[in-house]
Amino acid sequence: MNKKRLLPESNGVVENAGAVWLALLAFAVLAIVPLFASRYALSVLILVFYFAYVGQAWNIMMGLAGQLSLGHALYVGLGAYIPALLWLHLEVSPLIGVFAGMGAAMLVAAVIGWLGFRFGIEGVYFALLTIAFSEVARVAVDHIPFAGGSGGLFLPVQAADKASILDLDGGPLLFYYVTLTLAAAATALVAWLTRSRHGYIWRAIREDPQAAEALGINLFAAKMKVILLSAAMTSIAGLVNAFYYRNLFPAQSFDMARSLELIIAPIIGGLGTALGPVIGAFLLTPVGEALIAITRLLGLDAPGTKGVGYGLILLAMIFLKPDGIWPWLVRKFRIRDRP
Amino acid sequence: MSVGLFLNVVVEGLTTGLVYGLMALGLSVIFGVVRIVNFAHGEFAVVGMYAAFLLFQAFGLDPIYAAVPIAAMFFFLGYVLQRLVINPFIGRPEHEQFILLVSVAMIVLNLLLMTFGPDGRPINLPYALDSYLVGPLIIDKARLMISVAALAMTLALFAFFRFTATGTAIRACADNLTGAAVVGLDVKRLYAYTCGIGLACVGAAGAMMITIVDVAPTLAPGYTLLAFIIVIIGGLGSLSGALVGGVLIGVCEAVTGYLFEPSMKSMFSFLLLILVLTFRPQGLMGERR
Amino acid sequence: MTLLVVEAVTKRFRGLTAVDAVSFSVEAGEIFAVIGPNGAGKTTLFSLIAGALAPDSGTITLAGEPINGLRPDQIALRGIGRTFQVVRPFPKMTVFDNLMVGSLLRHSATSVARNRADAILERLGLMTQRSKLASELTLPDRKRLEVARALATEPKVLLLDEVMAGLRPTEIDNMVAILRTINAESGTTIVLIEHVMRAVMALAGRVLVLHHGALVAEGRPDEIVRHTEVIRSYLGTEVLG
Repeated sequence: MNKKRLLPESNGVVENAGAVWLALLAFAVLAIVPLFASRYALSVLILVFYFAYVGQAWNIMMGLAGQLSLGHALYVGLGAYIPALLWLHLEVSPLIGVFAGMGAAMLVAAVIGWLGFRFGIEGVYFALLTIAFSEVARVAVDHIPFAGGSGGLFLPVQAADKASILDLDGGPLLFYYVTLTLAAAATALVAWLTRSRHGYIWRAIREDPQAAEALGINLFAAKMKVILLSAAMTSIAGLVNAFYYRNLFPAQSFDMARSLELIIAPIIGGLGTALGPVIGAFLLTPVGEALIAITRLLGLDAPGTKGVGYGLILLAMIFLKPDGIWPWLVRKFRIRDRP
Repeated sequence: MSVGLFLNVVVEGLTTGLVYGLMALGLSVIFGVVRIVNFAHGEFAVVGMYAAFLLFQAFGLDPIYAAVPIAAMFFFLGYVLQRLVINPFIGRPEHEQFILLVSVAMIVLNLLLMTFGPDGRPINLPYALDSYLVGPLIIDKARLMISVAALAMTLALFAFFRFTATGTAIRACADNLTGAAVVGLDVKRLYAYTCGIGLACVGAAGAMMITIVDVAPTLAPGYTLLAFIIVIIGGLGSLSGALVGGVLIGVCEAVTGYLFEPSMKSMFSFLLLILVLTFRPQGLMGERR
Repeated sequence: MTLLVVEAVTKRFRGLTAVDAVSFSVEAGEIFAVIGPNGAGKTTLFSLIAGALAPDSGTITLAGEPINGLRPDQIALRGIGRTFQVVRPFPKMTVFDNLMVGSLLRHSATSVARNRADAILERLGLMTQRSKLASELTLPDRKRLEVARALATEPKVLLLDEVMAGLRPTEIDNMVAILRTINAESGTTIVLIEHVMRAVMALAGRVLVLHHGALVAEGRPDEIVRHTEVIRSYLGTEVLG
């Protein structure tokens, strides 16, 4: 095993004013992209920002605090279905419904956290616990008639000229800015959290829970906070999911494949870093699109070619750069991102 | 529901459960000894199913007999897999091992999708409609045969682990790795054997499964989770626990599938998992960690 | 004043009595050593005091308040800092970040915590290692980091578990000097488990000897060294010259 694999505690936060300016510049550039980008490019970027955002939400829990959840689709699903149902049946604006979704996600997260952290369920067992909850939700929602059941839930679209922010009804342009803002905010949050008191506490727990306890850290409280935060953030991604695609199926929303899908970007980009999920999303999404395009070109177009491609990339990454791309870049270009 | 009907449902669950048990046994061995979270377990089971499917289509070979060469093939596969792919990851953080196997699972699953397509494929066994009548019970011949086969394989494995030198050595590794290394056991090689055995179980279980389930790639993730549920409920490190757990889950699925809806049966298995993880994490027959 | 009182504390592990009705008290500001052969129950005693284990019987009191049965983090909050026999730095975090985790216990504002962490780095001579990952440090530096990190929590009592082990004589002298300074300047009470008698003699005002979990002797270092039972069970007759 090569020693250089030791991950420098890179936070993806290059600690100087230059980094902040760089980030603002990137944001500004991305903000004006819609002026000259095609509809297709916009839709790809929406996916990138979406996966960057939801990746950050998961990154906070796993990358910072070291708690492995493989059932995050549960929070996406709750954040999707509840605001969608509220809007569909009670005409509640999704901008308000999102809080109901968040509340539900946090409630379920509290139950999972309480069971896991109180009863000392850790590591792979905790991961399986999270999967179990997500699966129970999937089957349950499948059988709830007013949620559409397995037939799915459909959100009607207004006419194209009547875009409405209150109803989150708009084309790619609206969601471009929504997802961009979410991804940017989440990245800034992770960067800030890493150097904040909570970030230190979570990182200590990730490294060595017993040593952390000896330094006065209340493990249960800290872990509960992180799972609640992560769940709340993830549920907002569900809202975007619901109102962008305008249809929901339990098999899609709560499926374990969704849970696995959203963890790939942060892992490849760099777990525990602020830039990791962003880099991962920017790399993976276009690659996925390219894979689909290539297979169509070659006439293969079998369902599954994209999956094999992703699988091979993931396999290569975990063998060659298990810490992710950002830590590798930090090492290679000696980017100074430590105090 | 009449007693007779209920008994039939239970027997159906029992027979499925024995095959589940064999599959879970493979995971118990891998997870318990090598301590690798094999998230590709279900994928390998489905590969076993397709292998039996192909052998049947090509040679008309009865899947239950095909289980033997398939098990042998999978033993070799497991050995190589451990040596080449899994070995470098022993001792690495859990989430890395996990990603490794998830990526393997992704590759296998999607290769199957590409090769066979997403639709379920049945096989037409000559004796598919034969059954035996025992009192109120109607037992399919196919189910009876796979039950016997699964039980036989399981017992053979018990004997292997109990009475052979290699089996004892493997158990030693599971119990106390440092101690095992200290007394001179070749841990790497034993790990490779263990993965071989584990995959052999999975392959054989897959071959048997095809007699009662139509094979499709989408079964894979479900089987992976099922195997984990069974191993945890039965108790990690307990071979008999895997068998008992398998039967328990098989019966639970059959009964709940009948009482409620077939599509809901997994929900109860997961609820059971949550209960066990919370209140008895060592499982029914495992030792307290 | 008496700061830490351990009263008839017993801990059993399935038939093995690791700590057997041990009683002693530690005065504020003193340096108190616990010595004894391997397996005597010293680390178990520390774990009981720090809350990592709960005693089967007996009480432990800190500044008049009972602390047995509390969680380790609660006990740390009340003022007990501990190091581990096998050092446990946070490997993927820098030396500075390691200290921050400690100093954040008493100062929730990160700016203040930062200053405190730097101050301790300075004091323990770790400033040059500030940005290094804990996993990159040499053993003596890791030991100092472990002490520094515990100090960052501003403990009333510092429990040091074999902090001299593996250090060369110059490094031992270095550590002894540091501990003396900490004790003198901050008044921090120190309880140390030690095998290195040179450090015990140099630092301790009083010494407790454990053997098979039970208290064998207690007194000043010069008394202990002459104590027949202690010599028989642990020190060896060479010590008499």
